[in-house]
Amino acid sequence: MSELTLVALRLGLVLALWIFVVVVVLVLRNDLFGTTVVTRSSRDPRREQRPASGPPGASPAAVDPASLRTDPEVTQAAMVVTAGPLRGTSLTLGSTPILIGRAPECTLVLDDDYASNRHARVFQREDEWMVEDLGSTNGTLVSGRRIEGAVPFRPGAQVRIGRTEIELRRGPR
Amino acid sequence: MATIVSYTARPRRLLQALLLLFAVAVGVGAYALVGLGRFEELPANLLELGVGALVLVLVLQIAVMWRAPYADPVILPVVVLLNLLGVAMIESVHAANSIFGLRGSASADRQMLWSVVGVALCVALVVLLRDHRRLRRYTWISAVVGGVLLLMPLLPVIGDSRNGSKIWINIAGFSFQPAELAKIAFAVFFAGYLVSRRDTLALAGPKVLGIHLPRWSDFGPILVAWGFAMAVLVFQTDLGTSLMFFGLFVVMLYVATDRLSWLVIGAVMFLPPAIFAATQMSHVRTRITCWLDPLSSANYGSCEQISQGLFGLASGGLIGTGLGEGRPDMVPHAESDFIFSSFAEEMGMVGAFALLLLYLVLVQRAIRAAVGISDGFGTLLAGGLGFVMALQVFVVVGGVTRVIPLTGLTLPFLAAGGSSLVCNWIIAGILVRLSDAARRPAARQVDGAGPAPAPRPAQEVRS
Repeated sequence: MSELTLVALRLGLVLALWIFVVVVVLVLRNDLFGTTVVTRSSRDPRREQRPASGPPGASPAAVDPASLRTDPEVTQAAMVVTAGPLRGTSLTLGSTPILIGRAPECTLVLDDDYASNRHARVFQREDEWMVEDLGSTNGTLVSGRRIEGAVPFRPGAQVRIGRTEIELRRGPR
Repeated sequence: MATIVSYTARPRRLLQALLLLFAVAVGVGAYALVGLGRFEELPANLLELGVGALVLVLVLQIAVMWRAPYADPVILPVVVLLNLLGVAMIESVHAANSIFGLRGSASADRQMLWSVVGVALCVALVVLLRDHRRLRRYTWISAVVGGVLLLMPLLPVIGDSRNGSKIWINIAGFSFQPAELAKIAFAVFFAGYLVSRRDTLALAGPKVLGIHLPRWSDFGPILVAWGFAMAVLVFQTDLGTSLMFFGLFVVMLYVATDRLSWLVIGAVMFLPPAIFAATQMSHVRTRITCWLDPLSSANYGSCEQISQGLFGLASGGLIGTGLGEGRPDMVPHAESDFIFSSFAEEMGMVGAFALLLLYLVLVQRAIRAAVGISDGFGTLLAGGLGFVMALQVFVVVGGVTRVIPLTGLTLPFLAAGGSSLVCNWIIAGILVRLSDAARRPAARQVDGAGPAPAPRPAQEVRS
């Protein structure tokens, strides 16, 4: 076999190695662009849609518009995070109690060193929302005062858990 | 705070089949070129190698299609290519040794045999391990297994000391580096342990110099890991293995807790033992001297390996001498510890960078699987295995190219050595399983729709 063929084969191998690398990287490019990072913020349309859209599959046209706009007296309450890493998150309050803490099973999972695993609970008692400290280490503050047990959670009052501040808001969002 | 949503859920099995064939073509082509360059004829067992590689690739493809249809299409082709390039390089070194007779080295047949064993174990793992979370049941068992494996070289009869490090065992003529297998066992143990403890380990304690330290009472686990790494360092006198285990623990701790302070603490904790090794152990001291100044006339004799490796890298130049046309036999252990310099000599800088890119892709796939997977155990396992592979490549290539002092780790899939090759194939199998779990559409969490719909009974593995 001549010297020239050998050199050509050598360069061909290097070329093939690089083509392999490039093909692999092209495959990966697809993987990179197939992923989106969604920043959690109140302006994100994704988050806005979710609580309002109701059960998936129900077509919007089928819902009576009047049923959406409810009487202000019996509006749903929403819990809004006003400070901390989850700022902008809002949770519509229903009949089920809401657990706040670092544990993954909580409704509102806080990524906060100063919050306990199961830190506080927000629940409804006789037409009134209550916030209850669940024996947390660093305490729950309602309007700047540390609470013991359950106290009423009035709209506008600020509940502070670690670095997170939560407010109750009433009325149509 | 951000949520990552992945939209790709295509199996892409055809793509993997094509890539596997491409990898076999390049690898077998490299083997053929070694024969052409060295003896000006095709190697006698080229057909056997080609058919064998095709059969193994077919088995891998079928196993993945059958049991892990959503696995990453890139992992296995890259691994197959690395393995075949390693076989070609080992054959080149062996042929050079048989011509010039400077020193002997094993032929590539042994490495091919170990490749078959490795592929068989990888296939068995993909077929038998249906759900990676099952590994979590063996958290503490794997801790014991890993510890025993790591301490085996210290046993009197089977232990074996080479180049000042007691990291080998000898059973019935087969020598084995149990630390390679212990690496997998410890990755499983750390993942299982940290996933249940990470909430407490992430709590913030006192603030020192601008970083939040963990609470003092949470320093227990890292101290135990440190003590274990120290035991390895003192009794087996091997800085590389010690660094690998401690680094694995610290990085998995970082992945689990998302606290940068653990990385800083780990780095600070490893400084005293590194200094101790550098000043108290003679073979480590030699290696530091060879790192700083290998080419001076005073050190030339004792640093023959690293200086010959540097000459090899230099004579390779940009495009290399060509496979089978260099003199890798001038370097001691050119087929194992210094296979990177052999490869860079014959394939040149162009080839060496392609090789590094292949490793980069492999590590990136492991970390991508870690990001995509929905359970904490899988995230930690994939992240840990990807990191340990990256650390090995860095330590070996850095040691050969004089970025850091040389330590005794192996280049995954490439270096001659059965234990390293087989264990890395097992890691490849685990990564295939993990990437399948990460990319499977049913396992993906629906963004924010409350608790994710559990596709499989997820509770069975909670311990």
